[in-house]
Amino acid sequence: MQSMMRRFDPAPSRWAYRFQRLWLTPFYRRLLRTGTPIALVALCGAIYFGDAERREVFTSTVAKLRHDFEHRPEFMVKIMAIDGASEETQTAIRALMPVDFPVSSFDLDVGAIANEMLALDAVADVGLQVRSGGVLQMHVIERQPVMVWRQGSRIEAIDAAGIRAGTLDSRTDRPDLPLIVGAGAKEHVEEALRLFAAAAPLQDRIRGLVRVGERRWDLVLDREQRIMLPTEQPLQALEQVVALAEANDLLARDVAAVDMRLAQRPTIRMTPTAQEELLRIRKMTEERAK
Amino acid sequence: MTELYETQRAMRAMRKAALQRGVIAILDVGSSKIACLVLRFDRTDAFVEGEDIGSMAGQAGFRVVGAATTRSRGVKFGEISAMAETERAIRTAVQAAQKMANLRVDHVIACFSGARPRSYGLDGTIDMDGGQVTEQDVARVLAACEVPDYGQGREVVHAQPVNFALDHRSGLQDPRGQIGHSLSTDMHMLTVDGTAIQNLAYCIKRCDLELAGVASSAYVSGLSALIEDEQNLGAACIDLGGGSTGVSIFMRKHMIYADSVRMGGDHVTSDISMGLQVPMTTAERIKTFYGGVYATGMDDREMIDLDGATGDWEHDRRSVSRAELIGIMRPRVEEILEEVRARLDAAGFDHLPSQQIVLTGGGSQIPGLDGLASRILGQQVRLGRPLRVHGLPQAATGPGFASAVGLCCFAAHPQDEWWDFDTPAERYPGRSLQRAVKWFRDNW
Repeated sequence: MQSMMRRFDPAPSRWAYRFQRLWLTPFYRRLLRTGTPIALVALCGAIYFGDAERREVFTSTVAKLRHDFEHRPEFMVKIMAIDGASEETQTAIRALMPVDFPVSSFDLDVGAIANEMLALDAVADVGLQVRSGGVLQMHVIERQPVMVWRQGSRIEAIDAAGIRAGTLDSRTDRPDLPLIVGAGAKEHVEEALRLFAAAAPLQDRIRGLVRVGERRWDLVLDREQRIMLPTEQPLQALEQVVALAEANDLLARDVAAVDMRLAQRPTIRMTPTAQEELLRIRKMTEERAK
Repeated sequence: MTELYETQRAMRAMRKAALQRGVIAILDVGSSKIACLVLRFDRTDAFVEGEDIGSMAGQAGFRVVGAATTRSRGVKFGEISAMAETERAIRTAVQAAQKMANLRVDHVIACFSGARPRSYGLDGTIDMDGGQVTEQDVARVLAACEVPDYGQGREVVHAQPVNFALDHRSGLQDPRGQIGHSLSTDMHMLTVDGTAIQNLAYCIKRCDLELAGVASSAYVSGLSALIEDEQNLGAACIDLGGGSTGVSIFMRKHMIYADSVRMGGDHVTSDISMGLQVPMTTAERIKTFYGGVYATGMDDREMIDLDGATGDWEHDRRSVSRAELIGIMRPRVEEILEEVRARLDAAGFDHLPSQQIVLTGGGSQIPGLDGLASRILGQQVRLGRPLRVHGLPQAATGPGFASAVGLCCFAAHPQDEWWDFDTPAERYPGRSLQRAVKWFRDNW
């Protein structure tokens, strides 16, 4: 059977054959060609970072590189410029600024700073920008006080949205702004503004608007006169009163209050002296008629 | 019987699975070489049901992506004689083909030439109740065929219905849908030695491959070497292989007879080796370079050097004239052809309307063979080369690859066989549950 000289056998061994078939299987092929290198790299990484000391060195190196890069002079912010703010607001902003210059622009959380600045009463909106040359530019839009609000002993200047724009020591600090009083008055600043506009002919007599029961307004004039406005459509009622006042001098008379709370039935409350006077006159006319 | 059909059905299912995957290997286990082709099927031009094989011979759907041949070892007379050797040779061929295709193949269709094929003509008749012929009726008539006693230890490789007759009309290819009272069929059955198939299956299994079909190489080389008219009108294909010569007769596109002569090119080589006292390898080389069957005056002068390595100068420096070589080859070739003649006579080949004879296989490349064959076999002899199929390398287009190429066609579009039809319901041996399920499925 066996020949003397073993002839070269071109046949692959069983295992070589099987291996080739395995290699031709797409799944194994993909596994070996992509899976193995990935696994190898991951293994090397895992072995290297398995040691706590090496890990420490690596993280500190990375942190140092990062720090060095961030603190290069071109990224440093040295000064802050503020525009659109008054003197005292600027002072307040500088006092409130949470970071000390110079600081790296990477460490500067512009959003957080802006939020912090918005906590100031006088600041309505703020835009922050790191400009070239290491300048932190701050664009401030201040709140414009349109009204003075008083509640108990608190006197505040508020803007058109009813938000506090500053605290006042006394009403006389801002005599140019109209006064509103009472709980819930701040939420209806817009309405109050319209009412004041409608009451412009009585300008020099107005003392302020009082929010009554958090639902309606009383326009208070000097001489303790009140115009009680309804909850619904107070503007029309006020216009009606102003027209009356202009037509027959209603408010110049001895009237304690003009009650417009019921639109169908405007009522006038007179002062006690006016009442007595009226009674007296009536009596006189009755006697004369007899 | 039933078990065989079960295995054939299992192979069909395997083949279907392979076609689904799109890759199948073809293995021609011959005595002199083992050829492996890897086919890739594209589903773009699928076979249209009910259509004939078509002008492209039905091989447009696949492409040969890998091809390899290796010297066959352990195969004698087309049968496996040394299992381990053959297994290694198959492994070599399959590995090389896989490497070329860059694909892994799991399913293989194999053919072999030997194993003493024997043909049987079967016929069966059933009565129809005048209705249309259904697939079930075809299955019934096939089952009604009287199976001859083909002997212990033999197995059926092909059982193809060749002809159907309905009442008095014969020559029907497909009787389905037609109306008649009695349906009869003629079937051609080919049996081979069971051990040969088992050995082949074992070798293929040892190579981690699944056997998806077995064919006789005489049949498949007829499929590829005969052109369509020849298959239709009647022709014989003679596949001159290494260890055996296959003979198959085709008629109306069906094989009606197959046989094999247990002689081939290897016997010619061994005659040369013995006659000229040279080793087999030298004899093979001389045969392929200088072989022939007709000697002329020129051949007396053409001297062939016989190299040797014995160290004896006289022995190593011999030379022989080509006429002498032809004198050795010719009697053996004549013997083979006469044996083929005897087989054809036995099959009644001379009664066929057309008696075309096509010589193919590696042995058909002997110069002058067609002339010799026409003197022995009849006037109409030609040399056949296999069909051209997509992607087949130039090296594999010679007549030696007729059976490999034919096996490609067989793999792509097999002809109907007995086991492609359902077993008729009454044949189920007491599987009442299965019958109930079938009834349920048919009726709902």
